[in-house]
Amino acid sequence: MLKVDTEKCTGCGECEESCTFEAIFVKDGKAVVDQDACTMCGICVNGCPEGALELQVEEGLYATTDLSSWKGIWVIAECRGGILASVTLELLAKARELAGELEAEVTAVLMGRGIESKAQELIFHGADRVLVVDHQELATFTDEVYGNILADLAKRERPEIILAGATAMGRSYIPRVATILETGLTADCTGLDIRAEDKALLQTRPAFGGNLMATIVCPEHRPQMATVRPHVMKADIPDPGRKGEVIRIVPRENLLEHSVRVLKSVNEQAEGSNLGEADIIVTAGRGFEQKENVDLAKELAHLLGGAVGSTRAAVDAGWLSSRTQIGQTGVTVSPKLYIACGVSGAIQHIVGMQGSEIIVAINKDAEAPIFDVTTYGLVGDVKEILPLLTKRIQKERGL
Amino acid sequence: MNIVVCIKQVPDAKSVRYDTEKGTLVREGLEAIINPFDFHALEAGLQLKDAYGGEVTVLSMGPPQAENALKEALSLGADKGILLSDRAFAGADTLATTYTLAKAIEKLGPVDLVLCGKQAIDGDTAQVGPGLAVRLGLPCVTCVNELNLMDDGKTMQVRRVNEDGYDILELEMPALLTVLASINTPRLPSLKGKMRARKAEIPIWNALELGAKPFMVGLAGSATQVVSTWVPTFDARREMFGGSAEEQVDALVSRLKVAGIL
Repeated sequence: MLKVDTEKCTGCGECEESCTFEAIFVKDGKAVVDQDACTMCGICVNGCPEGALELQVEEGLYATTDLSSWKGIWVIAECRGGILASVTLELLAKARELAGELEAEVTAVLMGRGIESKAQELIFHGADRVLVVDHQELATFTDEVYGNILADLAKRERPEIILAGATAMGRSYIPRVATILETGLTADCTGLDIRAEDKALLQTRPAFGGNLMATIVCPEHRPQMATVRPHVMKADIPDPGRKGEVIRIVPRENLLEHSVRVLKSVNEQAEGSNLGEADIIVTAGRGFEQKENVDLAKELAHLLGGAVGSTRAAVDAGWLSSRTQIGQTGVTVSPKLYIACGVSGAIQHIVGMQGSEIIVAINKDAEAPIFDVTTYGLVGDVKEILPLLTKRIQKERGL
Repeated sequence: MNIVVCIKQVPDAKSVRYDTEKGTLVREGLEAIINPFDFHALEAGLQLKDAYGGEVTVLSMGPPQAENALKEALSLGADKGILLSDRAFAGADTLATTYTLAKAIEKLGPVDLVLCGKQAIDGDTAQVGPGLAVRLGLPCVTCVNELNLMDDGKTMQVRRVNEDGYDILELEMPALLTVLASINTPRLPSLKGKMRARKAEIPIWNALELGAKPFMVGLAGSATQVVSTWVPTFDARREMFGGSAEEQVDALVSRLKVAGIL
């Protein structure tokens, strides 16, 4: 329950201003809480200049005892097709930075089959220690085995922080680990910092498709866990002189049991699979009118070394696969350059791309909502403008 | 076959406005919808029911008005809806949410399949599905966009999408799956369904009825805390090029050269 200390409250109205839910307001010079509307999000508590607000919990989730006995930062390495995921290296650089502030050690956890040779690479990128779990049962990914082994390791070794990539794999099994450990997990973070006063991990993440940013802490539970969005943080240049310790872990048999069987893993460099990592995206919308015309977008994307995206309309029309769909029920992207071609700009699409650095829109209708979020707008038929643009860029590049 | 579909009522993106100064959502004029991914989870459940028989129960944790989301699910063909609503549930993070949902599913009795959308479009965490599976002791596959039930009526083959392609996985019920939008095209409500939904009573279960430990639900049961929120500002400079197609293309190319992209 949200309590107001009427002694401290000056009725300044900051809380009323900050409340998303109209659950707190000033009446007769004091803050009053509508307990039915209050979601106890805590925003007003943090914003109160007098410290007059408090979230009262009669008996809380049993907090982790002896927080200070949890030490060190773990980075959960991801190795796909024999290659370390770029986010793993990005996380190692971030972990080193955090470790400086916490005076802690950075440990990488490497799970898989035939992956031990990657341990040195993790050390070169910033790990002080690598825990290697190399086992046949880890050759293919199942949430149960990966999650159970990691949870077991964390229980025994007690790290203060666990960071993993917000990849399909990380976002699937890291929530499992957090639930087993009964601790907090912040999804898809784009910023990590250490709070000066209490050394808490400040985890910043977008919500509402990137329209609202939130900073989250996990004050009374350990480990503090976060998945981190790929390509947001920068990896360090590897230092082949760095030394570290490689520790082999043999998992207990009972941790290897699983009820999900991987029958087949298909690596398809299908259209859309590289959207999340592309610096340039050319998106095709309804304005292409027919499937053949979509090639114009593909050609431009190819020329720019970028990827092709689509709107719901283009997917529904069968022009592009659902994997290319950008927006609310598709992928969220933030490339350096986003070229929206024949895209009207439905809000469900916009929430998936408005974080892009430069947004170019080409649309016949000068009033199309896409132009509201555009850096540069071209009014005209994509079927006319795209070939011109492609030709012009080819010329620019001496092709 | 007993199927439980977890749904969440979320603000409709179309109605959401942001207060840049306060760093919050503008509450006024917000319209609520069923989380778009959850429609696909419900459709997947309904398709299984259509083919093999059984019962689809929709479950939602939320304020009293989340009853509307459950009624909408009933209009689409769900057999029953249950609302988990209690002031004590407020302030729940994914840890407390999965506990509460798990208590409700346990109360419902034996279940063959739990379906969730990949994520909710407000929180975007994608953590409730996999967390709930742990609480229920069920195997879990996330990001499923194809689901086939084998002849034994128990074994499922599912397609899990990842960055590099996909995996085909096999598992037995009972299990929990989270689904992508590309798994199916949700049906529209029928007139009969709408009438049935209008008349339907949605039971409301509170913490006591769930037998939930008070310190495991809502804010008390949450490990994470929001320190601050703000509205990011996007680059607002907007330049509309004029003139012929050629002139506009020239203008764009010169801007992109300045930006160092070409």
